[in-house]
Amino acid sequence: MSAMLELEKVTKRFGGLVAVNAVDLRFEKGSISSVIGPNGAGKTTIFNIITGIYRPDEGNVRFEGRSIVGKRPDQITELGLCRTFQNIRLFNNMTVLENILVGAHTRTPSTAWGAVLRTRHFKEAEEAARQEALQLLRFVGLPRGLGDQLARNLPYGQQRRVEIARALASKPRLLLLDEPTAGMNPQETESAMRLFRRLRDELGITVVLIEHDMKVVMGISERVSVIDYGQKIAEGTPEEVRKDQRVIEAYLGRSAMVETAAVERSRP
Amino acid sequence: MSTQIAPTHRFRQLFRGPLGVLLTLAYIGAITALLILEPRSLLWRLLLFTALALIYFIPQRPAVKVILSVLLLAIVVPTVGLRNPFLLEIGFQVAVFATLALGLNVVVGFAGLLDLGYIAFFAVGAYLWAFFGSQQLWHLNDPPGTFSIYPTFPLAAWWFWIFIPLAILAATATGILLGFPVLRLRGDYLAIVTLGFGEVIRVLANNLDKPINLTNGPQGITPIQRPPLPPFLTSPEVLATLSGWAGRPIGLNDVYGFFFYFMGLIVLIVTIIIARRLEHSKLGRSWTAIREDDVAAVAMGVPLRRTKLTAFAIGAAFSGAMGVLYASNRTFVSPETFSLTASISILVMVILGGLGSIPGVVLGAAVVTLLNIDILQTLSLLLSSLRQGNEVIPLLGVPWKNLPTQLDPARYQRFVFGLLLIFMMIFRPEGMVPAERARLELHESEEEFSPEVKLEGDAMPEEQPVD
Repeated sequence: MSAMLELEKVTKRFGGLVAVNAVDLRFEKGSISSVIGPNGAGKTTIFNIITGIYRPDEGNVRFEGRSIVGKRPDQITELGLCRTFQNIRLFNNMTVLENILVGAHTRTPSTAWGAVLRTRHFKEAEEAARQEALQLLRFVGLPRGLGDQLARNLPYGQQRRVEIARALASKPRLLLLDEPTAGMNPQETESAMRLFRRLRDELGITVVLIEHDMKVVMGISERVSVIDYGQKIAEGTPEEVRKDQRVIEAYLGRSAMVETAAVERSRP
Repeated sequence: MSTQIAPTHRFRQLFRGPLGVLLTLAYIGAITALLILEPRSLLWRLLLFTALALIYFIPQRPAVKVILSVLLLAIVVPTVGLRNPFLLEIGFQVAVFATLALGLNVVVGFAGLLDLGYIAFFAVGAYLWAFFGSQQLWHLNDPPGTFSIYPTFPLAAWWFWIFIPLAILAATATGILLGFPVLRLRGDYLAIVTLGFGEVIRVLANNLDKPINLTNGPQGITPIQRPPLPPFLTSPEVLATLSGWAGRPIGLNDVYGFFFYFMGLIVLIVTIIIARRLEHSKLGRSWTAIREDDVAAVAMGVPLRRTKLTAFAIGAAFSGAMGVLYASNRTFVSPETFSLTASISILVMVILGGLGSIPGVVLGAAVVTLLNIDILQTLSLLLSSLRQGNEVIPLLGVPWKNLPTQLDPARYQRFVFGLLLIFMMIFRPEGMVPAERARLELHESEEEFSPEVKLEGDAMPEEQPVD
């Protein structure tokens, strides 16, 4: 397996605070991986560095072997790396379908001139994008009829799914999901996990999650990286990480140990 | 869910089907007759304007609406305009300001970038033709006010047609030029910088009469050429025939009145079509996306820089074209036309009509322009004519004559706009003809929700494989 995304000694400082400190991460092609850590550990900062919202002070980020440091977020998306946000950031006053179409921005070949002149090329491109958006809506398990609703009118769980559909519209080869099951009830989480697996199995997308829900982390990730105080303190399969003494001490704590044990027992 | 049918809804039902077309035609016909009988009446003029709004609101097929609008704008208005040329002048001004408002709407309404210096692009277009289409080229070394009018011009009048696309290019370039430094700014900061930019252009126009006299300073540039009319339109026979129809002598200026009315209308219609098509395209969606959440937009691959720049550029392009038309229509430009208050009144048109709504913005521009140049002025004239007589104000018992001139309605322009804006913000913040989005946003609680949306997450249907 080759690395899809590699972080090399990435450091980001905000004033005196070192938010991310010389972190090395490696995500294999076609894998589902998780990045975990307590609140404020620097996980979202890492995502922001990968997607170009922040520029790292030191280190390198390589996507499919090429450095993407210094590229703009929209260029990185165009390369095939997209994300969702921790606090859902849909375009609230646009319809669900329009949201997904914005996601397809880099993959829609229509131009402003084409739009003004209503060329055949423009109409075909728009129609193709529309059809694709409807298909994505179906893929994430939302009814077609939802397409014309304003995004803000959807319940939370559906908004999460629209956000994933919007990211998928950019045809990513790697998808970063920032706490995608936060605030979901157990049934929703269960169904979301199935969706994440299908992203990889059916669309061949490499998936990286930031997650707090240990059931999700342990249940679907093949590799887990643990971040604490901006540093990577452990890495490995869920089993390895769960047994790592440093992780247990620094992050999971006693109650979490009990929780993971409970998850263990509930498995067949 | 409301079971009550709104009165406006019931009113619309009246205009359904062929009967509705007949009713509309009858309305237009009645107003035309009244206007032909009394060409100077303000009331009939305003009713003619409502006829256009009526055509927009009635439930008819688009083709029917287009035919009715063409009938009204291309036949009724010019016919009545023969008797009262002021009508054509109002039509032209409404077209000018509606185009400007549509341009500003691209920047403020679609892309959400508050621009308080928008009039600057209009100034660029106007001054471009003012400079090349007048004799200013010959007076570069003369101080303002020292030269007289020569019989010839450096450029022939037909260059007007070349300068419309040139002005579009120049305004677009200016838009991009302004866009670059303000790309990083949002909200209030953006507003302040654009305001400054607008003022810079005005102050430049005011002061570029030295060391080289480019703009002739506060005195403005005049005369600016009007484009040549086809000779058959200005032949004595045609003018005589038109005079016969109109019942008054029709001269070259009247023919130009028609010309500018139709030119304004054409530019406005082209602008509407372009704005509508852009709104429903990839670019339009990108504008809305950066207005909604620019971080999410950029993360979805929308290039922030280019998208904002195109908004500035396209908005500016519209007003650049109108600038040439305006300079040529007035045959005169001066810096005071391009003041901050002009920028703000265009913003008022956009907000009054409905931010982001194309029909709304056109309506807003029409209402503000009518108030500005027609309603308040006519009321002022009425008042001053009453002041001439000896009548007494009813109830007060004071003679009209003693009424202080400070109460002249034309002086209360800003006051009236202020009141209008305040009432709009209280009772209808989404504008007169709101954009679909804004209506949903501001009256969310009154909206009906479809059953699908009421489903909670756990009631979601199982996902299906992509085919």
